[in-house]
Amino acid sequence: MEHMEQYSITIDGRTLTAWEGQTIMEAAHDAGIYVPHLCYLRGLVPFGSCRVCTVKADGRFVSACTQPVTPKMTIENDSEELLDLRRSLIEMLFVEGNHFCMFCEKSGNCELQAIAYRLGISAPRHDYQFPERRLDASHPDIFLDMNRCILCARCVRASRDLDGKGCFDFVGRGRGRRIAVNAEARLSDTVVDVTDEAIDVCPVGAILKKRVGFKVPIGRRTYDLEPIGSDLEARRRPRAAAPTGGAS
Amino acid sequence: MSASKPRIATTSLAGCFGCHMSLLDIDRRILQLAELVEFDRSPINDFKTFGDRRCAIGLIEGGCCNEENVETLRDFRKHCDLLISVGDCATMGGIPAMRNTVPLEACFAEAYLDGPTVYNPSGKIPGDAELPLILDRVYPCHEVVKMDYHLPGCPPSADTLWAALVALLTDKPVELPYPLLKYD
Ligand code: SF4
Ligand code: SF4
Repeated sequence: MEHMEQYSITIDGRTLTAWEGQTIMEAAHDAGIYVPHLCYLRGLVPFGSCRVCTVKADGRFVSACTQPVTPKMTIENDSEELLDLRRSLIEMLFVEGNHFCMFCEKSGNCELQAIAYRLGISAPRHDYQFPERRLDASHPDIFLDMNRCILCARCVRASRDLDGKGCFDFVGRGRGRRIAVNAEARLSDTVVDVTDEAIDVCPVGAILKKRVGFKVPIGRRTYDLEPIGSDLEARRRPRAAAPTGGAS
Repeated sequence: MSASKPRIATTSLAGCFGCHMSLLDIDRRILQLAELVEFDRSPINDFKTFGDRRCAIGLIEGGCCNEENVETLRDFRKHCDLLISVGDCATMGGIPAMRNTVPLEACFAEAYLDGPTVYNPSGKIPGDAELPLILDRVYPCHEVVKMDYHLPGCPPSADTLWAALVALLTDKPVELPYPLLKYD
């Protein structure tokens, strides 16, 4: 950390100190400011695909997870314009998949659902697509339900970079893009293990551990009572004490 | 004084009546509700058609899976000032919409011909003219008519329904506190 420059930036009018090389997301996080995100996860290489963390930096739309801070950067995060843009992105993710929250084991712990709750979405403005997607229950300990996959690539990055296995990757393009397993056909043919990081990082109910189900009942789950991001906001400090990041 | 009370109508389309049960779950507050409103067409009083006055609020449970659902929903739209999707089925199709990724023919075959518990010696799929025609897929209400509010949940809790109704009946914006907006 020697000779690392300190920058003064503002987020929604609040002045804070950021460090050279930090992304907007990391600087915001250090200051206890929540920027909604799905594909971003601390410890994984930023991917910048979901765009839910879009902020306005010096008047331009950028993804907070990939954009480095610059001196005197002025950032908008919590404006009605950005909230509505994020709402629209989240709504698209809902209609592009098959999200039946009423019987999904992830409900209450799901980051997609939690952001929708936080943004106050009661119904999407787009029509539902009801696409045909696969379910792979071949593995003895893991379900893979592509009905709920939002293509965030957390599993791809975690399996490749943290587990050193590369069990997941993308195939296809455009609307046909989907997650595939690194085997002839099924998840059970890969070297994936239920203790892998890749299994824990999925923000939605696309990768689930078997025999966990509803052990914690609906109503007592992570986002049932407090919105996602509240724990971070509760830790809000006046100044950043030390830089985070370095994953990229 | 009942002539001046706002009227409420309710119906269950492709739903399970769970949302109506949740409405009854407001417990003693139902007495307060009866003070505030007059029930028009609803399974609660078994009135099958609309009275001669407009309804302030129409509560719709369930999405549209057949032509009768569409007809009923349009009739509600015609007679109600505010139309509310109540529950996940009205909002996104819900459990009935699980058939939306399966072709209709395959659904019929499973239900009437090939399913493991099917007993159907005639081998015929019901096609009586009395039966409403089934739609190609289940549609959320707002994809059929304009809906003014959505109260998701399976079912939305009694507190959610109560909070929304009280807000609407007292001309306040429907702003649900965080724990009352749920999809499960
Ligand atoms: S993954 Fe999340 S949004 Fe999708 S059905 Fe499950 S709880 Fe709902
Ligand atoms: S399976 Fe989960 S972690 Fe992997 S891309 Fe889909 S949503 Fe992301």
